Amino acid sequence: MQFRLEKRPKPSQAALYLAPALSVLLTMLVGALLFSALGYDGIGAVLEIFTRPITNPLKWQDLGVKAAPLIIIAVGLSIAYRANVWNIGAEGQYVAGALGGTAVVLLTMKMQGPWILPTMLVCGVLAGMALAAIPAFLKTRFEVNEILTTLMLNYAIVQLLYYLLRTSWKDPMAFGFPRTSLFTASQSLPYLWPGTILHWGVPIALTVAMIAFFVMGRSVFGFQVRVVGSAPNAARHGGFSANGTVWLVMLVSGGLAGLAGVLEAAGPFRQLVPAFPTGYGFTAIIVAFLGRLNPFGCVIAGLVLAISYVGGEVAQTTLGLPSAATGIFQGMLLFFLLAGDVFVRYRIRSTSARVAGGAT
Amino acid sequence: MTPEFLVAIVFAIVLVATPILLAGLGELVVEKAGVLNLGVEGMMLIGAVTGFAVTSLSGSPYLGVLAAAVAGALVSMIFAVLTLTLSANQVATGLALTIFGGGFSALAGKAFLGKTVVAFTQLFPTELATHPIWRVIFGYSPLVYFSLFMCAAIAWFLRRTRAGLILRAVGENDLSAHSIGYSVIGVRYMAVAFGGAMAGVAGSMFSLVLTPIWAEGLTAGRGWIALALVVFSAWKPFRLLLGAYIFGAVMTLEVHAKAAGGVFSALPSEFWAALPYLATIIVLVVISLRRSSSGAPACLGRPFIPPA
Amino acid sequence: MQTSAVPRLELTGITKRFPGVLANDNVGFAVKPGEIHALLGENGAGKSTLVKMIYGIMQPDAGEIRWNGQAITVANPKAARKLGIGMVFQHFSLFDAMTVLENIALGLDTRVPQRELEAKIRAVMQQYGLLLDPHRTVSTLSVGERQRIEIVRALLLNPSLLIMDEPTSVLTPQEVEQLFVVLRKLASEGCSILYISHKLHEIKALCDTATILRGGKLVDTCDPKVETSRSMAEKMIGAGLKEIRKPAGRSFGQERLIVNRLNLPGIGPFGITLSDITFTARAGEIFGIAGVAGNGQNALLLALSGEAPSSDADAISVDGARVGRLTAKQRRLKGMASVPEERNGHAAVPDFSLSDNTILTARDRLGMVQGGLINSGAARTYAGEVITSFAVKAQGPGSLAGSLSGGNLQKYIMGREIMQKPGVLVVSQPTWGVDAGAAAAIHQALVDLAAQGSAIVVISQDLDELLSLCDTLAVINGGRLSKPMQVAGADIHEIGLLMGGLHGTGTDSHTGAGGTRAVSS
Repeated sequence: MQFRLEKRPKPSQAALYLAPALSVLLTMLVGALLFSALGYDGIGAVLEIFTRPITNPLKWQDLGVKAAPLIIIAVGLSIAYRANVWNIGAEGQYVAGALGGTAVVLLTMKMQGPWILPTMLVCGVLAGMALAAIPAFLKTRFEVNEILTTLMLNYAIVQLLYYLLRTSWKDPMAFGFPRTSLFTASQSLPYLWPGTILHWGVPIALTVAMIAFFVMGRSVFGFQVRVVGSAPNAARHGGFSANGTVWLVMLVSGGLAGLAGVLEAAGPFRQLVPAFPTGYGFTAIIVAFLGRLNPFGCVIAGLVLAISYVGGEVAQTTLGLPSAATGIFQGMLLFFLLAGDVFVRYRIRSTSARVAGGAT
Repeated sequence: MTPEFLVAIVFAIVLVATPILLAGLGELVVEKAGVLNLGVEGMMLIGAVTGFAVTSLSGSPYLGVLAAAVAGALVSMIFAVLTLTLSANQVATGLALTIFGGGFSALAGKAFLGKTVVAFTQLFPTELATHPIWRVIFGYSPLVYFSLFMCAAIAWFLRRTRAGLILRAVGENDLSAHSIGYSVIGVRYMAVAFGGAMAGVAGSMFSLVLTPIWAEGLTAGRGWIALALVVFSAWKPFRLLLGAYIFGAVMTLEVHAKAAGGVFSALPSEFWAALPYLATIIVLVVISLRRSSSGAPACLGRPFIPPA
Repeated sequence: MQTSAVPRLELTGITKRFPGVLANDNVGFAVKPGEIHALLGENGAGKSTLVKMIYGIMQPDAGEIRWNGQAITVANPKAARKLGIGMVFQHFSLFDAMTVLENIALGLDTRVPQRELEAKIRAVMQQYGLLLDPHRTVSTLSVGERQRIEIVRALLLNPSLLIMDEPTSVLTPQEVEQLFVVLRKLASEGCSILYISHKLHEIKALCDTATILRGGKLVDTCDPKVETSRSMAEKMIGAGLKEIRKPAGRSFGQERLIVNRLNLPGIGPFGITLSDITFTARAGEIFGIAGVAGNGQNALLLALSGEAPSSDADAISVDGARVGRLTAKQRRLKGMASVPEERNGHAAVPDFSLSDNTILTARDRLGMVQGGLINSGAARTYAGEVITSFAVKAQGPGSLAGSLSGGNLQKYIMGREIMQKPGVLVVSQPTWGVDAGAAAAIHQALVDLAAQGSAIVVISQDLDELLSLCDTLAVINGGRLSKPMQVAGADIHEIGLLMGGLHGTGTDSHTGAGGTRAVSS
């Protein structure tokens, strides 16, 4: 059977919504098979990972807390990817944000006041932007591909984190363990309601998504990003600066990743430790694609991936699954999504065999 | 600075450089055909775990390396189907492959944590291979000699054979190649499989030669450096060899600096750990400054849809 | 010429259907050995489809192909080449970064050792007077030289039928003559030639027989030496051959566009440098810029549109305002609009709706942006107006630009710019790949806009188009512009020389300003 792809005159709305849903289902199915083949209880693992977090109300807070940073980072990344700027450095920009916020913490350890926390957040955003500015500069000035530069900076910044934790930022009372002191009350994110673990990061995440949706859909900036990503020559023809767009989207995505970083540091962590980089920057890439590079899609996709994290943690204890196993699900999810994505823009047409031999 | 010391340095450089060279050569062929596969790191990890597992179970490292190559090629087919047949975005698919490879290798390798195998480190007879001076030529693992052979073989293939010409044509102008009658997708499938196999072998070097154990994330980002090296080499195999060895030198610099003493030994170990990645960025900038055209295959990263 | 009973190639009842269109409807004709047979028709008539089936790229739905009397199926291009059918495509299948020798090797079906191949190539080139250096990289060659590679490729097969698809659209008049010499020699040796074109005077000069297609159907097979250009044109286009209605006794107003010593360094590794470009366009005037592809047309459009601003503010003036350093956005506000050559990807975004595509260029001039936000209602309304006024066949403002046919998209883009009432309009290749109906509509729209007082600059590789449309003409070569001349009474021969860079025949390579020798503009 020979077939070829034929471009659709209009993107298929049905496939647009079906593809993400279908990819989740397929991931669960194939995941179950894979785990069974490797000797685990496949079906049990999948159910544990994917359904428990939804059915257990106690876990809903965990979902919110895990989803918030993913959503914030993914919204930023989706803007960059729309412009065809492949920022793979969200993980580093996330860590940079945490470093920026922690710098403020260490300077204000003895102080109090409601101004400390916002200052931390601002510094976190600026730190993320500063790190993202490097690949932006290299791309616009020297045409260096941003995929490699953003990626390399991830590794470099994590080393900086380790260094600071081991030396000047080390908590003098933490014998042998490289970490900062705990953040004080003025320096930590307050909870939304007492008794819950939902912190202010969650509503911030939703606000970010709403603002991004409005800006991308209605503003000239949003139009500019979409044109630059879709047809760079047309963007130039329409009077949009390609370099300007690269700078803007890198700063936005870097700043948002930095925001997520400082929120995580001031929220669930309340201190900085070497284990701080948890890979959210990479997972957010999957969230962005699963969410179709659309802010509200990122919210839903962020929840889906938060489920895989929360579920994965549960499965670690109950089934002995290694933590790295979540990478399998996340990778598969992206695979199926990319495969399904094709059907949004193309449909399959069979090339019917002609008299003695087929056409090219 | 005795001769033995110099030999030890060269030896270390070669060992560190070889996996990058192997993976880089594979990706060079893939990119020459017009495809950008960012999943090198993931394929290397799968190669590492497969090589270790098969060697551990069978006792033969040769079998292990072969299995690693096959595993790398197989997993690269996921990438191939998505990007070549379904025309999915190559950047996203490559990233997905890396994330998937990391997770899968961690899971599959769990059963082998803590085990050891006989290291795959010797080809020539023991007297030559362990001689303090001559081991600089004869003392390496078979994989090192394989990498040098492949470098020459790939250079010859691309420049001198018709198949290599067709592969270059496909990466240069897929539409033209298609109108003449070549199977663009077929050539690219083969290139991707080759790249996967090479990445698998590169990964196996970590688990069978550099440290004969398996651990999660063993390759520590070397796959990404291999990708940068391909750009550095302007898609020329012998320049890739040079680049790999330069990077090998940079990566083993910490040890040399500490041994040399002085100001360098005062730098924190985190600096040395970050150095290869920072050096990669600097190298990329230098390349961009030097050349007016990068020499990249014109179709690199663009999906090919056969016209109606 | 031999008189032989058996035709070399005979088609009967060939039919080919695509979704929504009948590309070939019961077409048949015969080509004798040694005959130069024209396949005449305008864009969309079905010539390319027919020829693709002869060459094995696709298969007919019905009908028969006979080769030297035998009924055959051509399964694929390789099979065609085996039979002795060679084809030189309109769009070359070349590899820019590779040498001439490598390109020819790729066009062959079997491996030939390099030295042997080089010897064979030199022999063929000698025999037919096609000069090329086998070791040159293709990217450094002119378009005419690139075509020679394609011809040599085809000739190496020793073809008995050579198909040429619109070969002269990219050549200077002198290069066209050279090509005809080669083709006549081939024909005299017994090779049949199937010559696809829509250029009537060439067909009259070269061909023995002409088969005319229109709308997928066979209209006639005739002798071009006997027919007049007008009668063939009428058969090609159908009844009611429209002449462009130019208002009588026009006078031109003041200068609206003044380009004064415009310089622009070449963009990219093979870019053409523009040097000292000087010309003016007056109100009501249509100024044409002729030239062979790759001599700086693209660079000139980018320089004029504002996408590649100059460092000299005085280099370009629009209605007295010095716009040389202004960006595209700013120039639009001064009343200058432009339409680049590439409609999908440059003039319009194929994945965006027609409505969104108006936002691309019209948003500032037509007030579609308020406070940083886009007024999509205004965009939709304007898109609708353009669709109606220019008779664009589209489902509505929400249709994707990429889903429109070439002619319709071009009409839409032209309409989008023209209806903004620009004082100066610069267009490049306005009717490239567009069917005759749309082309006529576009030409008429340009004439009407000029009549309303705008100044229009048309950059085109189609000399016929420029001669029929323009009042004044200049030739661009190697990034330099010739002195403008009046179209009425222009000497085609002289224009041809200017297009060829006054090197005459184009046998030596093109050397542009600054010694850059390359093609991409």
